[in-house]
Amino acid sequence: MVTISNFSNGSARAHVEAAIAKARENESFNAILSMTEKRALERADAVDRGEISGRLAGVPFIAKDNFLTFSGTTTAASNFLENFEAPLQATAIEKLEAEGAICIGKANLDAFAHGGSTENSAFGPTKNAYDDSRVAGGSSGGSAVVVALDIVPFALGTDTGGSIRQPASFNGVIGVKPTYGTVSRYGVVAMASSTDTIGVLAHSADDASLVMDIMSGKDTRDMTTLDDFFTPATLDRPLRIGVIDETMTDSVDSEVRSITTAYVDALRQSGHTVEAVSLPILKYALAMYYIVVPAEISSNLARYDGIRYGKRAEATSLSELYGASRDKGFVDENKRRIMIGSYVLSSGYFDAYYLKAQKARTLLINEYNDRLKTFDVLLSPTAPTPAFSLGENTHDPMKMYLADVMTVPASLAGLPGISVPAGKTAAGLPVGVQFVGKRRDDALLLALAKQMEDHNA
Amino acid sequence: MTQISHDDVQHLARLSNLQLADGEEAALRGDIETILDYVQQLSELDTDGVEPTYQVTDRENVWRNDEVDNYGINTDDLLALAPEAINQQIKVPKVL
Repeated sequence: MVTISNFSNGSARAHVEAAIAKARENESFNAILSMTEKRALERADAVDRGEISGRLAGVPFIAKDNFLTFSGTTTAASNFLENFEAPLQATAIEKLEAEGAICIGKANLDAFAHGGSTENSAFGPTKNAYDDSRVAGGSSGGSAVVVALDIVPFALGTDTGGSIRQPASFNGVIGVKPTYGTVSRYGVVAMASSTDTIGVLAHSADDASLVMDIMSGKDTRDMTTLDDFFTPATLDRPLRIGVIDETMTDSVDSEVRSITTAYVDALRQSGHTVEAVSLPILKYALAMYYIVVPAEISSNLARYDGIRYGKRAEATSLSELYGASRDKGFVDENKRRIMIGSYVLSSGYFDAYYLKAQKARTLLINEYNDRLKTFDVLLSPTAPTPAFSLGENTHDPMKMYLADVMTVPASLAGLPGISVPAGKTAAGLPVGVQFVGKRRDDALLLALAKQMEDHNA
Repeated sequence: MTQISHDDVQHLARLSNLQLADGEEAALRGDIETILDYVQQLSELDTDGVEPTYQVTDRENVWRNDEVDNYGINTDDLLALAPEAINQQIKVPKVL
């Protein structure tokens, strides 16, 4: 597998050209929406001339296509932004470029990151790296697949309710959703501002730690960013780990449960204390999520009106221009979420839905805080199933939402969560387990992942 | 079972500034009913006296100095993104 250390010798141009060639060989997966070849090669040459240096000098990566980047388009996999060329670059991209990293292309996603399979992309679904009849997961499906296929050692994703962790699980890579506020959201297409996070997908915990170390920190252009607390760590003590009862019930795929149980055995062999723990409120987390997040989506996506940027529909009046531009620019899932958001925020329903969900969110956070007094890490499968078949859930939005049932709780609570590869099913499909920790314990979770990589090596 | 009428869907579409094409409404109506039915299980939770959580940063007001920052982007770059612009202004169809 390709890791950052593979790029420490040799010419940056050769590395970048090889990554671009590998991307082209794998076009059938539809993981990449556009290549930024010209700028990538210019930067590679600058690295080779010694003009650009840093901890990621000459290392190619791919960003989910909801990160604004110079050169080429930023589409959010939507018709609306199909031709949009950003006038600025996301802080996360700027920080990686300052360390010499080279963005070679933009990864596919569900349009505006609404979805859990990448089937909601306006430009066709991404196929799973292990079985091209199955979904990549989502919404950062393209980012997971380009890492799994060894095109690049890491890719950037966004995670609002599981969009990094679930595709990481489906494609056998590590996926890091940090503590809310760890990485600046400036220059990233907004979905739900109270749970949107920026993170990384990679093959190794060390690589994920390095990228998080570079990206994290305060940004005056995102007032929700935290001080730079992320420092890569190693584990110097056994941890207390709680396996969440509610995520190991009969409703979870039996192979997912047996792989999770085997992973728990390995944790015990490594000296950690593992016990069962119950969080009864998790049962309600998905219901909270599908009120809070659509509400935030309905206001965040109000900006796509066809006036200042993006595609404008032909119209004779201003109201028709808004309505028609939005109808054409959004996919069905965007419309569902916007309309649900409008519903739960509208007069007469606000208290019963939106306010109720935000109160329930407090109960969820309290329960997490209580369990995290006893345990360092809470463990569950990342998703209730391995990757499902393309088209299997597209007719039933609620069934699709249930694929996020394990990942949305940590998002609502703002806690760090990472998915690490745990094994494969008999059919060869990857399965991940999720670690959730206290706020700012991101590096501890990655240190545990690193220890288990070494244990299983 | 949550019932959403034809008028409700049209009202939501108006609130959302969506001009639904013919044939879109029926499917959206069914989906919205299913989703609202699912989220209604929250009514089982006792939330009396619980404060709502709107954000998870543990921070309150974040102040900055009142200084102009163009974020490194100039007006022409932004106007160039607009579907139609004229004389430093974005052009739209007649409002009235």
